[in-house]
Amino acid sequence: MKSDTLPGIVKADGEQPVFSVGERVAISVRFPVGHYRAPQYIRGKNGVIEAVMEPPAVNNEEEGFGRNAGRKRHYYRVAIPLSDLWPGYGGSVADGLRIEVYENWLERI
Amino acid sequence: MHSHDHTPINVPDVEPGYYEIMETAMRELLAEKGLIQPAEIRRQIEVLDSRTPQLGAKVVARAWVDPDFRARLLANGRSACEELGITFYDDTQLIVLENTRDIHNLIVCTLCSCYPRPVLGLPPDWYKQKPYRARAVREPRNVLAEFGTVIPEDVEIRVSDSTAMVRYLVLPQRPNGTDTWSEEELALLVTRDAMIGVATIEAQERKVQ
Repeated sequence: MKSDTLPGIVKADGEQPVFSVGERVAISVRFPVGHYRAPQYIRGKNGVIEAVMEPPAVNNEEEGFGRNAGRKRHYYRVAIPLSDLWPGYGGSVADGLRIEVYENWLERI
Repeated sequence: MHSHDHTPINVPDVEPGYYEIMETAMRELLAEKGLIQPAEIRRQIEVLDSRTPQLGAKVVARAWVDPDFRARLLANGRSACEELGITFYDDTQLIVLENTRDIHNLIVCTLCSCYPRPVLGLPPDWYKQKPYRARAVREPRNVLAEFGTVIPEDVEIRVSDSTAMVRYLVLPQRPNGTDTWSEEELALLVTRDAMIGVATIEAQERKVQ
C-alpha cells in the first residue's frame, strides 16, 4: 500500500483480499452437491499463498449455477507439496502443486 | 453398368450422445429465438481455428531472443501476448511458467480441459481425458516418463492445475547450441508438448537456412 494513501477510508466487504502472500491456509472440507471448482483432492489439505491473483474474478462455480452472476471474488495461487497430497508419493519432496482457489474455499490455520 | 467393387466407406453409425443432443437442441433453440446467429457460431470457430501451437512457439522464441519481452511475459503473460496481437477472447489471464535447470513445470486441468486456447488453440485429446488429468497431479514423474521425458530427482516438478480464470503456458528452456539461431529458426523447435510441459526441447538440425 502506498504511503500517501488517505486515512479513514472504510473498505466494503470483499474489496480487499483476506489472505496475503506467504500465509498458510487450509482448503475447507465441504461437499456441496454439483460442480465446484475446488477439486476434492485438495479439500482438507494445507497450503501456502503464493500469489494473490489480480484482478478478482467472477466466482465461476456460483456462476455455473446461475447465482452471483457478475459477482467477483478474490482468489489465490496456492502451493501444496505433492507429498502432503499423496501419502507415499514417490517423487522428490520438493515436488509441488500450484492451484487457484477462491477465497470462499480457504480457511485460516 | 460398371462392375468394379465399391468398398463401403466405413463410418461407424453411432447414435449421438446425451450431451451432443443437448448441445444441438440448445444451439438451434438459441438461433430460433434470435439470441445468437449461426454466423456468430461460425465466426467463433474461425477464431479458435486461428489459434495454433505455432502461435505459442513464436511467443516462446521471442522470449528467448528478447530479454525485455521475456521479463514482461513472465510478469504478465496476457499483456505480453497482446503486444503480439494475441487477443484473449475468453477473458482468461495467462501465467507463463519458466522452466529452469532447477524447476520443471507441467500444466493440467483436473476438473475439465482449461487450456491456454488463445495462445495454443484446442488441447490434444489426451489432455482432456481422465488418465492424464488424474495422474498428472498424482504421479507427474511417471506421466512425464511415459512421454519420454525423464526429469532428474534434483529438479523440482511443479504441477499447475487450472481451476479458475488463469491459464498456464510453459516457457521451455532454450536448447544448448542455439546461440546463433534466429528467432524464426527457434520458433520451429518449439512444440505444443513442450509448452504444456510434457516434453523438453532438444536442439535438432536447423530447419531454416
